[in-house]
Amino acid sequence: MEGEAGNFKVRLKRKPRYVLEDKCTGCTVCVEFCPVKFPDPFNQDISQNKAIHIYYSQAIPLITYIDESCLYLKEKKCRICEAVCQNDAIDFSQTEEFMDIKVGAVILAPGFEPYDPGLREDYGYEKYQNVITSMDYERLTDSTGPYEGQVLRPSDQQHPRNVAWIQCVGSRQVNPPGANSYCSSVCCTYTQKQVILAKEHDAESECTVFHNDIRSHGKDFERYYQRAENLPGVRFIRSYTSVEKEDPETKNITIKYATNEGGVKEEEFDLVVLSVGLNPPTGNESLAAKFGIELNEHGFCKTDPLNPMQTSRPGFYISGAFQGPVDIPESVVTASGAGSQCGALLNYRRGDLSTDRVYPPEKDVSAEEPRIGVFVCHCGANIGRVVDVPSAVEYALTLPNVVYAQEQLFSCATNSAEEITEKIKEKNLNRVIVAACSPRTLEMLFRDTLREAGLNQYYYEMANIREHCSWVHPKEKEEALLKSKDIIRMAAARARHLEPLMEIELPVNKRALVVGGGIAGMTCALSIAAQGHEVCLVEKEQELGGTARQIYHTLEGLDVQDYLKDLIAKVYHHPSVRVYTGVQITGNSGYIGNFVTTLQSKETTTKIEHGATVIATGADVYTPSEYLYGEDERVLTQLELEEKIATDDPAVVDAECLVMIQCVGCRNEDRDYCSRICCNESVKNALELKEKNPQMDIYVLFRDMRTYGYKEDYYREAAEKDVKFIRYEPEHEPVIEAAEGEDRPVLRVTLPDYVLGKKLEIDADIVSLAAAVVPSAGTKELESMFKIGLNPDGFFKEAHVKLRPVEFATEGVYLCGLAHYPKLISESVSQACGAAGRVLALLSNDIVTASGSICEVDESLCIMCGACIESCTYGAIETHETPQGKRARVIPVLCKGDGLCNTKCPVGAIQLKHFTDQELFSQIDAEVPEKAKTAV
Amino acid sequence: MDNGLKMASSGKQLIKSMAGNNFGDVMVVGGGVSGIQASLDLASAGFKVYLVDEAPAIGGHMAQLDKTFPTNDCSM
Repeated sequence: MEGEAGNFKVRLKRKPRYVLEDKCTGCTVCVEFCPVKFPDPFNQDISQNKAIHIYYSQAIPLITYIDESCLYLKEKKCRICEAVCQNDAIDFSQTEEFMDIKVGAVILAPGFEPYDPGLREDYGYEKYQNVITSMDYERLTDSTGPYEGQVLRPSDQQHPRNVAWIQCVGSRQVNPPGANSYCSSVCCTYTQKQVILAKEHDAESECTVFHNDIRSHGKDFERYYQRAENLPGVRFIRSYTSVEKEDPETKNITIKYATNEGGVKEEEFDLVVLSVGLNPPTGNESLAAKFGIELNEHGFCKTDPLNPMQTSRPGFYISGAFQGPVDIPESVVTASGAGSQCGALLNYRRGDLSTDRVYPPEKDVSAEEPRIGVFVCHCGANIGRVVDVPSAVEYALTLPNVVYAQEQLFSCATNSAEEITEKIKEKNLNRVIVAACSPRTLEMLFRDTLREAGLNQYYYEMANIREHCSWVHPKEKEEALLKSKDIIRMAAARARHLEPLMEIELPVNKRALVVGGGIAGMTCALSIAAQGHEVCLVEKEQELGGTARQIYHTLEGLDVQDYLKDLIAKVYHHPSVRVYTGVQITGNSGYIGNFVTTLQSKETTTKIEHGATVIATGADVYTPSEYLYGEDERVLTQLELEEKIATDDPAVVDAECLVMIQCVGCRNEDRDYCSRICCNESVKNALELKEKNPQMDIYVLFRDMRTYGYKEDYYREAAEKDVKFIRYEPEHEPVIEAAEGEDRPVLRVTLPDYVLGKKLEIDADIVSLAAAVVPSAGTKELESMFKIGLNPDGFFKEAHVKLRPVEFATEGVYLCGLAHYPKLISESVSQACGAAGRVLALLSNDIVTASGSICEVDESLCIMCGACIESCTYGAIETHETPQGKRARVIPVLCKGDGLCNTKCPVGAIQLKHFTDQELFSQIDAEVPEKAKTAV
Repeated sequence: MDNGLKMASSGKQLIKSMAGNNFGDVMVVGGGVSGIQASLDLASAGFKVYLVDEAPAIGGHMAQLDKTFPTNDCSM
């Protein structure tokens, strides 16, 4: 590895696979014959695999490889795989290869390594058979796991009825060595998931979770926690635990734990799952040395505190869990964010190395008689072992309009797809059926095959004889053949009626609109502008800055006001960013690539045309109605407290005693979510106060301290500096009243102390409330104006919580910052860059393509009842005037082709192309003879 | 089904940009969910990407998970 940003030279070592990638079809015949059995690391060594095997059942590439356990590699014996492979795909002559590549930037995404509890003895892992890790449990519940989805315990392969989970294994611990001081952030929620799954697998099972704080700080996590907790037979017990012993006969495990109510208890479980934390990836140090980047004190990558994707080396970015313990959405967000930063660095060469695919011109065959070709796939042994494929081929040839049929070992293999293309040309086919698997994964590939042959891709039809036949009828071969014939006959019936369809190509306006001028909006705008696009940044206030204007420091000690000043200056100085402050958005129309938004200021109305929209409208702070807020000026919110600390207000910094109350206005019936940032905010303010006035008594009254990730270290620091953390239950909230103290007027805070089992009274000078983060005031209007969704808590709802976390289901509209959910500044920056990355994936293209399979109204039949308009969730149907009066009309670019409107239309005037009544009825008719229908 | 798989196989742009010589725009190290997403984004934004992983298949730890919270979607 050498060079600098923009010009790196990397030498890669390619390990031999001993299998030729272009020849292996993944049929796994070799795996069957391989004599070597070996614990399968993918299944956590619980089950065995062969020396030659596919990494996992849905691996990409879905081909075999040979690992070190191979007899030939070890002892030069065997070579059975070579003999049984029908495609000559085994190649033992392969050796390590080196490959030099040149790149302009690098993204490191090495992930994490689950914590290994075998390193220590206190959990009994590797000592007692029935103590497993959460990763082991994950494989057990998986249908592709060691027991095909059956949860069986290691000692006797029986279903465990009474399972315990132990939280924080390897996390939030300073001792023993090897444990991590940070919180791994994801274990609380993944354990809740495993509890829910355990109950789904076996409704009678008893599940017990031994935990410290429950950290449900993510979007929709609080409800998920309640869902798990409220299942029958599920207990959440707040207690430290120890694994005591194993029963020598039953191999059951005894756990000792302590509760406030019942003292120390011992209880026996069938199975114990250790909720292990996230360690840095294996090889982190050599990775860092190789690439010349720095690691932090925990062994993860050292990053810019306000840009979690930037490493210490220019041109090197990271994404995912290499920044520290993060969940999947954060991994996906930082991936797009790191991509966006590479894009800014390399914008000058964008598109230079990518090439467009060129297809031959499409033939017009619409006037020709259908000439159908049928390709029946063996899918290795998947179909061929059950269904008599040659008979199916023979049968296909008897069907009307079928002029050609053949079998293929693997239709999806590159050479088979080429064969299909050749046959289309040779036999003059104008419809193609592949009888193989589900269209979900491979339909796109075969459509592409048709395009290669100059046919319209919508002339393709798939007959699923694997999932719908061979896989479900492995023991009924004769019936399976009959069923395969039925499925092929139905496909042929539909294929006769298929019509060529045009995909819609839309031009893309290259400008982006960013709504909201806080840190998220500004960062996103700058990131898009740095990649050569014009950005309009809209802010309703007169000044840019948003919520960050009220924040002085981060928990890590960074000066936010300095950062903000710098960011605002960059925004104003960037030639491609146009800033509109003090404006309201009054209208939005259009669709992906082509939006028009109207801005209204006091004086003027402006219309902006843009291709992409980013919603970064931030959030508000809840105004507490509890705890004397607004009645007594000694009661503050945490943000107000922060300002008073920053300005050295003597009432605050000289106070003798200060009480902080957490979860004010959230985690309750009105707002059933956690505001995520307040625990960090309180710890930050407590530490600052201790810095300024070490004598001050500070109490933090909390329900669960949620200082996730590295923030845990600051929580520990605060406790070490004698900040007192006292837990309260929502049923017994603290009560505060103005009272006379010993020597001064005070705010008297009363609450039960669960540890000491008595009532506590604290005389405070200041009480500060961790007030909830709530959706910003204009959220509802934006929701309807931009046709985007909200979650049950009123925050904007992303298209997919994990895979599309920074975009809306409405295409061309993106999301970042507090508008999505409460989050820290660094997380807002990640999301802002992530949104910019997704925006660029759109704006870098001159056109976007929309499917040809959309709805169409037959105006001669339409009675204008409006049922279709109401049923369409995309707003894709409108009314328009015709000489015959008003009629419904589909806006093609908005239609997603879900066909919902078809079922609502009382007169059959609206049809979904590619799934017309004629096409579908012909399939039914091919299956159900007329007589049978009348009989019904 | 097959969320991860869909993501990987929809990367037509990615496959397209893999052709040619050993000169690329970005190298992504690690083929888990994060590395795959970064590669897809960059490829659809007009860059040639090398995605490298030490395992014989991409997918990373997410491929080992059964379901994912808080929706209990299938991880694959």
